[in-house]
Amino acid sequence: MGAILSGLLLGGAFGFVLERAGFGNPNKLTGQFRLTDWSVFKVMFTAIVFAAVGLLILEQLGIVDSGSLFIPPSFLGAAALGGALVGAGFAIGGYCPGTSVVGLMSGRMDAGIFLIGLLIGTIMFAGIYPSIESLTTLGEIANADSLPELLSVSSLSIDVAMVIAAVGVFALGSWMEKKSRGPVSSQEI
Amino acid sequence: MNKQTQDKPAPYWNPLIAGILLGIVLLSTFVVTGHGLGATGFTTRLTAWFGMHLLPVATNANEYLGGMVEEGKPLDAWITWQVVGVAFGALVSAFLAGRIAIKLDGKKFLGGSKRPVTALFGGILAGFGARIAAGCTSGLGLSGAAVLSLAGFTFLGTFFAVGLVASRFMKEEK
Repeated sequence: MGAILSGLLLGGAFGFVLERAGFGNPNKLTGQFRLTDWSVFKVMFTAIVFAAVGLLILEQLGIVDSGSLFIPPSFLGAAALGGALVGAGFAIGGYCPGTSVVGLMSGRMDAGIFLIGLLIGTIMFAGIYPSIESLTTLGEIANADSLPELLSVSSLSIDVAMVIAAVGVFALGSWMEKKSRGPVSSQEI
Repeated sequence: MNKQTQDKPAPYWNPLIAGILLGIVLLSTFVVTGHGLGATGFTTRLTAWFGMHLLPVATNANEYLGGMVEEGKPLDAWITWQVVGVAFGALVSAFLAGRIAIKLDGKKFLGGSKRPVTALFGGILAGFGARIAAGCTSGLGLSGAAVLSLAGFTFLGTFFAVGLVASRFMKEEK
């Protein structure tokens, strides 16, 4: 498949599903942090577990070569610091980078402002890059990029643990949704 | 399409269904490209593209963005087409569901009349943070966790922990 076509098709499906899940709506997205709407956790956990188990099966069948998959390097300090800033940006701004595109396409001006903020944040980063370059390689774990490598266990055992964790997230989330105002629907203003 | 679906927006999908479908898209992306889905790979390249046209000398000299504009085509990458696809897919979905409405959303929970400020500030934090981590919620969180990477799990851990805390400081308008 050509790169342009695969990008458009896979991206198109990504955007379609995000919008259908309600992830263009900042009230729904931030409901996860108010613990009243657990859709973000539920959807993300399900997708991660589905893809992880799927990759394991496809590797066993010889359809996917695990060595050719991109595994992000273990700069865990950088990942932690970046995750903290993106999490704060999400809680304050109402979106993460990908969902702000979805929000803008459904007519949300605040999502467009968030996107402009993303570009400004990137310019600020690039502007002071020489002095903060070391942050991007902070906290390197040299001997392992993945959890199975670090713990010397099989991918299968991590996958099983994640399935159990996902079931737990659904149970806990649905219980907390019942105790609070509950998930944000598409019909709320 | 019946009358009711034309009058008010269609309900959102059940999270389990949406999660499985997102999982299928993510898995397909790994099979086809060897990597996962993303977003800020594009916004970074878009920043370089603006820089190339508005401030060419400074952008060329910049250590971070300079490499992307060397060939003169910072947007020439798979991630550009993927994000264009995201925009198009979201537009089609929102249109078919009757969910397109021009508005400034999120005032109730995110700053009231100061909503433009919270949106801009949140975007700046996320844009800056994604460059430190070399990825965002999609690229490092979702895709990185699917390949069981330490970086992906670490990102998700602090993302949710700090999001929970930061969210306490956002006052809800009654």
